[in-house]
Amino acid sequence: MSKVSINKLKKQFGDAVALEDFSLEIADGELVAFLGPSGCGKTTTLRMIAGFIEPTAGSIHIGETDVTNLPVHKRNTGMVFQRYALFPHMTVAQNVSFGLEMHNVSGKERDSRIATALDMVRMTSFRDRYPRQLSGGQQQRVAIARALAIQPKVFLLDEPLSNLDAKLRVEVREEIRSLQQNLGLTTVFVTHDQEEALAISDRMAIMYNGRVQQIGSPKELYDSPSNHFVADFLGRMSFFKGNLVANGRFVSEAGTNIQVASGQKVGRIGIRPERINVGAHPESDNVFDGWVESAAYLGSLIDIRLRLQGGDILNLHVPNNASSANTAIAPGSPLVASFRSSDCVLFAE
Amino acid sequence: MSSVAASNISAATAPKVRRRVRWSSLLHRVFVCMMYFFMLSPLIFVVWMSFFVDAIPHFPPSGYTLKWYESAWQNSSFMNGLVLSFQVAAVASITGVILGVAAALGIVRNGFLGSKFVNTLLLSPLLIPGIVAGIAIYLFYMRAENVLDTDIVGTFGGLVIAHVCLTIPWTVRLVSTGMAGLDPSIEEAARNLGASSWAAFRRVTLPMLRPSIVAASLFSFIVSFENLELSLALVGPGKTTLPIAIMQYLEFNLDPTIAAVSAVQILLLGIVMLVTDRFVKLSQVV
Repeated sequence: MSKVSINKLKKQFGDAVALEDFSLEIADGELVAFLGPSGCGKTTTLRMIAGFIEPTAGSIHIGETDVTNLPVHKRNTGMVFQRYALFPHMTVAQNVSFGLEMHNVSGKERDSRIATALDMVRMTSFRDRYPRQLSGGQQQRVAIARALAIQPKVFLLDEPLSNLDAKLRVEVREEIRSLQQNLGLTTVFVTHDQEEALAISDRMAIMYNGRVQQIGSPKELYDSPSNHFVADFLGRMSFFKGNLVANGRFVSEAGTNIQVASGQKVGRIGIRPERINVGAHPESDNVFDGWVESAAYLGSLIDIRLRLQGGDILNLHVPNNASSANTAIAPGSPLVASFRSSDCVLFAE
Repeated sequence: MSSVAASNISAATAPKVRRRVRWSSLLHRVFVCMMYFFMLSPLIFVVWMSFFVDAIPHFPPSGYTLKWYESAWQNSSFMNGLVLSFQVAAVASITGVILGVAAALGIVRNGFLGSKFVNTLLLSPLLIPGIVAGIAIYLFYMRAENVLDTDIVGTFGGLVIAHVCLTIPWTVRLVSTGMAGLDPSIEEAARNLGASSWAAFRRVTLPMLRPSIVAASLFSFIVSFENLELSLALVGPGKTTLPIAIMQYLEFNLDPTIAAVSAVQILLLGIVMLVTDRFVKLSQVV
């Protein structure tokens, strides 16, 4: 496996800029997820690493080699596609064998590498089946075995779980992660599913409109988002626009007074719904009265929109446990909510 | 109350509806049978007539015989025509399929400037009456003969080239349809696994296009084999294709030899289609 260095990558289709100023170092054995809404440039970037798209500017290194102008078949990347892309006229074993033949691996070595790859994804007993005889999850496992059999320098996954149903998605996701950890694969994982990205990656890059918004560990991105887009895209957050009137005191445009940690230039603050308590919690320096505007029962929690006195909306999650089961939460009923100043996230704009 | 009313209504109308359904399905069956009869009756009558004993066919026949098959077998112009038609059709369909696949690949994959125009141009032989195309090609060959100082009209090569024009539209149509249905990421996967573009085409794309290519070869062969109008102006003395030999025979004879020749032709093409269908389900491609 090798590290990947992407330097000031740019792609333009005609006048439309698909990707701009993308720089990233992926360490040997690291899994980086590209996350963003459709059209954000994540797939374009992955396809440039694989060599299917030629960058307009910038460079890509795999290991020490500059691959920017290398054709696809000489890059030695292993790619898994959203729609499996197995060869329909070949059996499972022949699918896996194909890449090895292209790399001039023959005889016993080829047989043993096919066996290892199929064993890795628990598909050994299906080796003589055709893709059309397999379920979606099985096909994607074969596709993974096929990509890894050639011992690629980088493992590339393009929304590999989007075509699977919810349960299978988690199963295959965990399988990919454990393979990646055990084999020490340098991996790029493209997805639009944030739960997937949070669960699987060492680091993630959040992208929007062809630009990287923030790169960091899942925890960094979730707990300290660097801008409004990242905070809003990843998970839920209530936002208040306004100004700091004194150090540590923020007043929203609707007039709500909120204690915050000290900051420099603040134009907006945010608070995650799970950081808000029902009732006046002793450690909370922000306590608000409000009225429940709507309450959605989501099973493990109740998602509440609380209207504060000035008109601001606070979104909070009440866990569905023994104590909250007795609380009357119906639209129109009053509710006290509190949170700590240190849990507020500050944004410049 | 209302549910009672509703059930009364449905009880009253149900038999009527059922009767209407039965009538329409009967009509449908009759219609389908008539369609088959219209399409197949010429074939049935030709095959039947080839066994009539009378030299001038009339109904009912006064007896049955195999002598017309013998007379067809002994007629050298039919036998030579059959051989020539077979050779022309084989060479023209192979050449046409190779060129057509290449053209379809370029049109579907690259979508270059003017690819729609090229597509229409390649399909145009289907739109031009064969006799017009035949004369146009004849005139073109005459000019070319003057410039190149070599015989083209009446040669095997000249005839094959003209027939290639006939076969290309079928390949372009069938193969580009087949290609549009392929998931492009399959070929990308091959490239990603280390296959050069040629290797990816040969090992992955081409096998996936096999049904379209087999169907294209079959139709190309048939179109070339049974072509009359285009070939008329282009054959040389003593070198006629089977359809032309049949037409020439018909000018002076009406006996069932023609029916026997046609029956053989129907049998041959039928066998070709059945054999092809064993490898590729034609109904799924066309």
